[in-house]
Amino acid sequence: MNAVPLTNAQLEINQILARPPRSLWRDAWRRLLSNRLARLGMAISIFFLAMAAFVPLVFPYDAKTDSDLVNQLKEPSPEHPMGTDEQGRDVVNRIAQGAQASLGVGLSSVLIAVTIGTLLGLIAGFAGHWIDLVLMFLMDIMLSFPGLLLAIAVVALVGPGLRNSLLAIAVVSIPVYARIARSTVLSIKEQEYVTAARCVGAPSPRILFRHVFPNSLSPILVQGTLGIATAILEIAALGFLGLGQQPPYPEWGAMLADSVKYLTSGAWWVLLFPGLAIMLTVLGFNLLGDGLRDALDPRLRVD
Amino acid sequence: MLRYVIKRVLTIIPVMLGVSILVFGFIRMIPGDVATVMLGERATPESVARIREQLGLTKPLYEQYLIFMGNALRGDLGNSVLRGEPVMQEIIRRFPATIELTLGAILIALVVGIPAGIISAIRRGTWFDSASMLVALTGVSMPIFWLGLMLILFFSVFLHILPTGARLDGATQFEPITNLLLLDSLLRGNIDIFFQTLRHLALPAIALGTIPMAIIARMTRSAMLEVLSADYIRTAHAKGLKERAVVVNHALRNAWLPVITVVGLQVGHLLSGAILTETVFSWPGIGRWLVDAIYARDFPIVQGVTLFIAIIFVGVNLTVDVLYAWVDPRIKFE
Repeated sequence: MNAVPLTNAQLEINQILARPPRSLWRDAWRRLLSNRLARLGMAISIFFLAMAAFVPLVFPYDAKTDSDLVNQLKEPSPEHPMGTDEQGRDVVNRIAQGAQASLGVGLSSVLIAVTIGTLLGLIAGFAGHWIDLVLMFLMDIMLSFPGLLLAIAVVALVGPGLRNSLLAIAVVSIPVYARIARSTVLSIKEQEYVTAARCVGAPSPRILFRHVFPNSLSPILVQGTLGIATAILEIAALGFLGLGQQPPYPEWGAMLADSVKYLTSGAWWVLLFPGLAIMLTVLGFNLLGDGLRDALDPRLRVD
Repeated sequence: MLRYVIKRVLTIIPVMLGVSILVFGFIRMIPGDVATVMLGERATPESVARIREQLGLTKPLYEQYLIFMGNALRGDLGNSVLRGEPVMQEIIRRFPATIELTLGAILIALVVGIPAGIISAIRRGTWFDSASMLVALTGVSMPIFWLGLMLILFFSVFLHILPTGARLDGATQFEPITNLLLLDSLLRGNIDIFFQTLRHLALPAIALGTIPMAIIARMTRSAMLEVLSADYIRTAHAKGLKERAVVVNHALRNAWLPVITVVGLQVGHLLSGAILTETVFSWPGIGRWLVDAIYARDFPIVQGVTLFIAIIFVGVNLTVDVLYAWVDPRIKFE
């Protein structure tokens, strides 16, 4: 059979058909990558995540034996690019090893809070009636405290330590995710495809998890990314107050707390670098979160 | 309007009840025996019994709560375990220091943040816009206690131009009236004290004000951008109004709303930020007192201050809501 020459119109149709399928997530991913600040944020976040994941593996570190009392509080030098602290420990190494505490707590507290918060929000929004009232009332009570204050109070009572502060930070941020999940559910619930699913007899849990949950994911993803930034700041604050990571283990906020007593003697390096590490990591996740927001909902974009 | 206000005020009653139960439960949720936790393992049985008695832990739970609530409503938040001083009295004595710090921070945040946001929006895409938004982003990413330390390091330790902390120089004798030192120094006509207070206030207020400043700048910018693209702005331009008139009379007026909300929301963060700032700057407010009480395991203070801050927080949020409805008649009072 002879090949029939294609007309222009047919060619165009073929070209359109040949395009890779586009999905919401793929589009969002492309928009994210085209945003310069978001790329920067992603690079910073990945850098610190890699530091947290690999440094303790590649360079095993024993905080209990690490001290070099001859080289206490030495200024930055080629040997110690960020100087040494009060026990002669290398600040670079301590920062690299401390990344695990900060990012580990940041990530896992958000994961816990997102899971519990989203579930509560979905249930509240979907079930309505008294369940909604009770759950949201409980969330309102928790939101009546400034977050950090509540975390401080919780840790003060259950006792200091990294795990307790992780739990405190997670518990305190549950209401944020619950509220977001609930408000998206409330708007999605009225959509026609939900009504349609109900009409064909889909059971409530199936509607909730197959139809409602995937559509409420993007605001939670954005808030979760920004939440990592907040959690890292909070764990640093708790560490600084002596309520988080306990000595001799490294954590950026706790490192600052160890060094505060040398403030007036001008030992700037023990105070500058751990703080810079916190700031950069938080900046990274903030940029990434802002970028995600723009990428997932281009309508919200202001400029 | 009045109905809305009353309704809104009534909604906080159940919330405050819940808050009080949570705060009340705090001490009871401590793993192990509170009295032993507070006094340490080597406490004598007599002193443990005395503390349990003092905290009212020997009575049934509902009775404990009723007593706690009854006392709290009468302004009695219990006594410090260590010093025996009434918690409420100490809060009243120390709170002005926190207020002065917080107000200073808000003032700095507004005075810098709003103009920066407006100019960024008008000159969108210029170096000023990029620079101020970069500063704003860095500002929200900074741990404020670290910013405080850096400010002390730079201005006090290296340059020796501002004090490292406290509200007054160590040797200064001054009898406060309201404990708001800026006000008191003026009331007493002591201008030296006024400037001394100002010098001491500068660094902590900058440290505490930076995050709200950054957030306000970003919010003002995006609110202004949204308004500036509206049709009535084009109309205003088209009828030949000067740029200044368009911005001030037309744009700014409508950009206020989101900014008010953000300022209100920041108050809570300011209060918890004050805990850190006061610790860094040895500022004798309720935040630092709370931290000291935590170290000393003086739980009635922790409980009292937490409840007090929550009340302030809820009160401010309520005020913002009402203000918002008052400024924006479009909000329906349902």
